[in-house]
Amino acid sequence: MLSSLRTLIVSAAVAGTALLTGAPVAIAAGEAPSPPSRSWTFSGPFGTFDNAQLQRGFQVYKQSCSACHGMRLLYYRNLGQPGGPEFTEDEVKVIAAGYMVTDGPDDTGEMFQRPAIPSDTFFEPYENEQQARSIFGGAYPVDLSVITKARKYGPNYLAALLLGYHEAPAGFDLEPGQYYNEYYSGHRIAMPPPLVADGQIAYDDDTPETIENYAVDVSAFLHWAGEPKLEERKRIGLQVMIFLFVFAALLYLTKLKLWRNIDH
Amino acid sequence: MAGQSYQFKSPVMNWLESRLPIFGMVQKEFVAFPTPKNLNYFWTFGAILTFCLITQIITGIVLAMHYTPHVDHAFDSVEHIMRDVNYGWLLRYVHMNGASMFFVAVYIHMMRGLYYGSYKAPREVLWMLGVIILILMMATAFMGYVLPWGQMSFWGATVITNLFSALPFVGPTIVEWLWGGFSVDNPTLNRFFSLHFLLPFAILGVVILHIIALHASGNGNPTGVEVKSEKDTVPFHPYATMKDLFALVCFLIVFMLFVFYAPQFKFHPDNYIPANPLVTPPHIVPEWYFLPFYAILRAVPDKLGGVLLMFGAIAVLFVLPWLDTSKIRSASYRPIYRQFFWVFVLVCIGLGYLGAMPAEGGYVIAARILTLYYFAFFLVIMPLVGIWEKPRPLPRSISESVLGKHGGVSGGGAQPAGATASPEKRG
Repeated sequence: MLSSLRTLIVSAAVAGTALLTGAPVAIAAGEAPSPPSRSWTFSGPFGTFDNAQLQRGFQVYKQSCSACHGMRLLYYRNLGQPGGPEFTEDEVKVIAAGYMVTDGPDDTGEMFQRPAIPSDTFFEPYENEQQARSIFGGAYPVDLSVITKARKYGPNYLAALLLGYHEAPAGFDLEPGQYYNEYYSGHRIAMPPPLVADGQIAYDDDTPETIENYAVDVSAFLHWAGEPKLEERKRIGLQVMIFLFVFAALLYLTKLKLWRNIDH
Repeated sequence: MAGQSYQFKSPVMNWLESRLPIFGMVQKEFVAFPTPKNLNYFWTFGAILTFCLITQIITGIVLAMHYTPHVDHAFDSVEHIMRDVNYGWLLRYVHMNGASMFFVAVYIHMMRGLYYGSYKAPREVLWMLGVIILILMMATAFMGYVLPWGQMSFWGATVITNLFSALPFVGPTIVEWLWGGFSVDNPTLNRFFSLHFLLPFAILGVVILHIIALHASGNGNPTGVEVKSEKDTVPFHPYATMKDLFALVCFLIVFMLFVFYAPQFKFHPDNYIPANPLVTPPHIVPEWYFLPFYAILRAVPDKLGGVLLMFGAIAVLFVLPWLDTSKIRSASYRPIYRQFFWVFVLVCIGLGYLGAMPAEGGYVIAARILTLYYFAFFLVIMPLVGIWEKPRPLPRSISESVLGKHGGVSGGGAQPAGATASPEKRG
């Protein structure tokens, strides 16, 4: 009786498990495929950012993204910080001075315009979300400060998205102002392809100016922007792990010695 | 026995002890405290959990110095901590992953209790205090997850607080009272922050009661046979402390691997999208440690029924000491119960998996089957198996069980006393 009860319950559990693992995941027509995994210099336990790549990525962001997408959590000074693009102090000042910001009120109570300095946040393309939506027919270009952390697959997704624009398959209807993107959920994206031609952005170094490189470099830059302490984290992590392993080994030996004469 | 009766070597300590009798208590409860010598590593999770609580409190206090509980600033102030506060990223990642590790440890601790019958007389109150700690931990973790004010924070808070609206008559009033308004908004965030700061200290208080209760009955042990004589035990310090410390550092290795190398592993990407009351995420998923309960909630087609069953899943733990009819503590000597126990562990993991899946089709059916087992385990299996089961013979004492394990040649019976008496072996 009891054993048959047990058999019943075990088989119910097994059936349940089979159901879970065997149940086909419904892939709706609009479901996006998972993006290809790229090798990034910052992946893995010892990964670090490639400063030159981040500088190029910033250039792509500046020329291709920043007209529509803000990064309100970043300051120009961040561009010169260790573990990032590491522009020199003077370069950061020049980059900042390229933007005008509203400051004030001054002594007479008026707001005024002045060139940005390194302690200012990145230039915001809109006064507010409503203004952006009215410009783009209801669509809102999201802030990119933590975009790689806010999307599944992070930088892989971003690079795939930027390279994922195609002609819509036959029978796939797009509204005006919509574009077909393989990796966007539902495939209907309101963002026009930002990277359209090799050479559209001039690199300062001799990296080939291809769409592929633009997409990868800007994704790396945005990953840094979302996780600016990644290098410090992995560096300290290594020290902590070495310490913990050595400490654990010593503790284990101490514990063995201590308990040696106790039958337990 | 505590207090003045303990004689320190130093006259200064004796002077202090006669005026502030806590050092004798520490000596008695945390140095000399007799600990069964056969405890395995599952008994180190009490110390690990204490460490988790203190870590959460310390990192939390510093984070609170930099955090702004306001709907317009909460998200950005968390990012400010990550970017501009010295080692703020470390504090936040430790706190965030610390919550997960806290639950990993507490679930292992509870499963240990279930397997070895740690809830049985005379430890019923000890177990019930533990259940209270679990409930407080869940409330604290839930409110903490709301604080970064991302999409999952907001919608998680909305879904969970809305559960109370299922209560007849008073439901909607209770929900508005919880929110401090007519939706999850700034007053909600403010009170959640306040309570998130308060509750850990309430947990600390109950942890102290939990430890007092533990010290009233003494530790259980893997045989479930109570300590019979001094030969069965070793002093808490250095024997248990050393073992706890080693286990804690092993636990820390796993903890720190997450903090430094996969800090976002258990974190939903949607929570890096600032809260937006107008956009509902496609799937609202709670943190992993709530998933089994979330699966139970969604397994029931009726909202009130689901809510009652979900709370019942925890409430049933309170009466567990009286549901188990077996006199045998340890599942090692209970051949039938042991198998039901392991199925129960798998069922909990299965429910966790189902909680993360969309509530549709086969997933719901599977969740119903597993929910049925979850409750049957406590309400049917535990009372019945205890009556039917023929337990394996118990060892007469802890020392005897240890001798049996090692073939009975080492003459261990005489050794604990010897070990405690030989100072040269104590490093």
